[in-house]
Amino acid sequence: MTQLDIVVRGAGVAGLVTATELADRGARVTVLETGPDIGSGASWKAGGMLAPWCEAESAPDEVTADSLGSVDWWAAHVPSVQRNGSLVVAPPRDVGDISRFGRRTQAFETLAEEAIGTLEPDLLGRFSKALFFPREGHVDPREALRTLRAGIEARGGSVLTGVPRAEAERASGVDWTIDCTGLAARSHLTELRGVRGEMLLLRCPDVILHRPVRMLHPRIPIYIVPRADHVFMVGATMVESENAGGMTLRSMTDLLNAAYVLHPAFADAEILETGVGLRPSFRDNVPRVRQDGRTIMVNGMYRHGFLLSPARARTVAELVFGG
Amino acid sequence: MTFYGTELSSRLMLGTAQYPSPDILAGAVRAAQAGVVTVSLRRESAGERAGQAFWSLISDLGVPVLPNTAGCHTPREAVTTAQMAREVFNTDWIKLEVIGEQDTLQPDVFGLVEAARILTEDGFKVFPYTTEDLVVAERLLRAGCEVLMPWGAPIGSGKGLNNVFGLRAMRAHFPDVPLVVDAGIGRPSHATQAMELGYDAVLINTAVAQAGDPVGMARAFRLAVESGLAAREADPMDERDMAAPSTPVLGLARFA
Repeated sequence: MTQLDIVVRGAGVAGLVTATELADRGARVTVLETGPDIGSGASWKAGGMLAPWCEAESAPDEVTADSLGSVDWWAAHVPSVQRNGSLVVAPPRDVGDISRFGRRTQAFETLAEEAIGTLEPDLLGRFSKALFFPREGHVDPREALRTLRAGIEARGGSVLTGVPRAEAERASGVDWTIDCTGLAARSHLTELRGVRGEMLLLRCPDVILHRPVRMLHPRIPIYIVPRADHVFMVGATMVESENAGGMTLRSMTDLLNAAYVLHPAFADAEILETGVGLRPSFRDNVPRVRQDGRTIMVNGMYRHGFLLSPARARTVAELVFGG
Repeated sequence: MTFYGTELSSRLMLGTAQYPSPDILAGAVRAAQAGVVTVSLRRESAGERAGQAFWSLISDLGVPVLPNTAGCHTPREAVTTAQMAREVFNTDWIKLEVIGEQDTLQPDVFGLVEAARILTEDGFKVFPYTTEDLVVAERLLRAGCEVLMPWGAPIGSGKGLNNVFGLRAMRAHFPDVPLVVDAGIGRPSHATQAMELGYDAVLINTAVAQAGDPVGMARAFRLAVESGLAAREADPMDERDMAAPSTPVLGLARFA
């Protein structure tokens, strides 16, 4: 059988995961990105939490069901994936929200104060109750995307960035074209909308966390994801707006407050970066795959890009290799 | 049910924030048979109409839209937000919130009255989010408001009607002003209670949006509002301190 020749438009998480899945199955892929680098859209701002069970708190069952294999997929492709689970806590007066979170999710253990300290010594004595989701994981999105790119190139594929838009739109694969262009696809996917998210990167050598921590709060639920070199990602707001302008003071205050409530030593953290991204989203906030002739579209990743791209890539691969 | 001369199809008003997705929001609005939907306008969404994609979804629901000034802390912010909302939603209705205290989100009633006066003079039809304070209510009416929206409890607290005495007094004091319990309703039973007290409508957001099944909860609130209204119109019995047997007790046979 001759090698399939496939063009993937877009080098965000959806594009690179799909290209990787297709290359895994023997296709020759060319990834075209109009932005200056891979992950130029929302992917670069992602938290990188691989949390099928936690997401069930607000996402439909299908999101959890489709993402159960996600941690394995990432671990098979990116060596630095962490499989330490994730932790859900709440400030003392919102501790009731932990019960609500527990009612709507599965596959967790309820921890009391001491057990929280065993898991995360720096949080000892700070929270009386937490939920621990042992089978979840996390990944550094930027490192993960670079690793996927290297993997595609190592198998003879190519990833081209800074491709002029007109050229990228004209390009199509000999066999298939996969469109993973996110919000840029709005001209033909009119139901797509952008949901604004704001995030921070902090460096704080005084706090050590081994897993993502979600802090429940009625107005501003926030998570903190540890990365290498004492860096923490704090995210993320959810605003029904397509304003991609800089972070507002209100959002920054909310994110910083949450970090400070989690551990007061974050007060001395260095703010490395503030970021704003627009999550491409359909009306049900569920990522979709659609086929139109020899073109397949993967879009609407919403806040599930890293979580759901492997499952959606598998669907694409089945269309390509099964048909 | 009429607000500022506009007849509404239902006495349930539904907020549009915090739903898991726009599809679920639309399902909840349908299940609630909401007479009005409220939508908050944030500045970062208003600039260059960055919120247009979401606002179009709201407009497509086919329900009258009541924009609100959620998150404003001064009359000036609220007035600016109201003016932006008028352009975006093409309506002169505005739900006026001027928040005075960060922890309870209770209204700054002084700023509220001032903003209500400015907006009324500018042609707005103002729906003020207020407390059950009668003196403030008088001032709001004098400022031109024709609807009052007292809180049941702090926004998002779900505590229900915290001051039933105050709400009852307000109803008695303003028999002809449309009154809406705006904040704090957590359960359908709270909504029923508000309707039984004689309130004209209730406004719900968090209790529906943050329920495990928002569409199911929207339906529950529709039934609750309908139930409270029907009960009120059926002239409920009064409470009494003694038992009042519904069948005669005198002369019953004794089987000793």
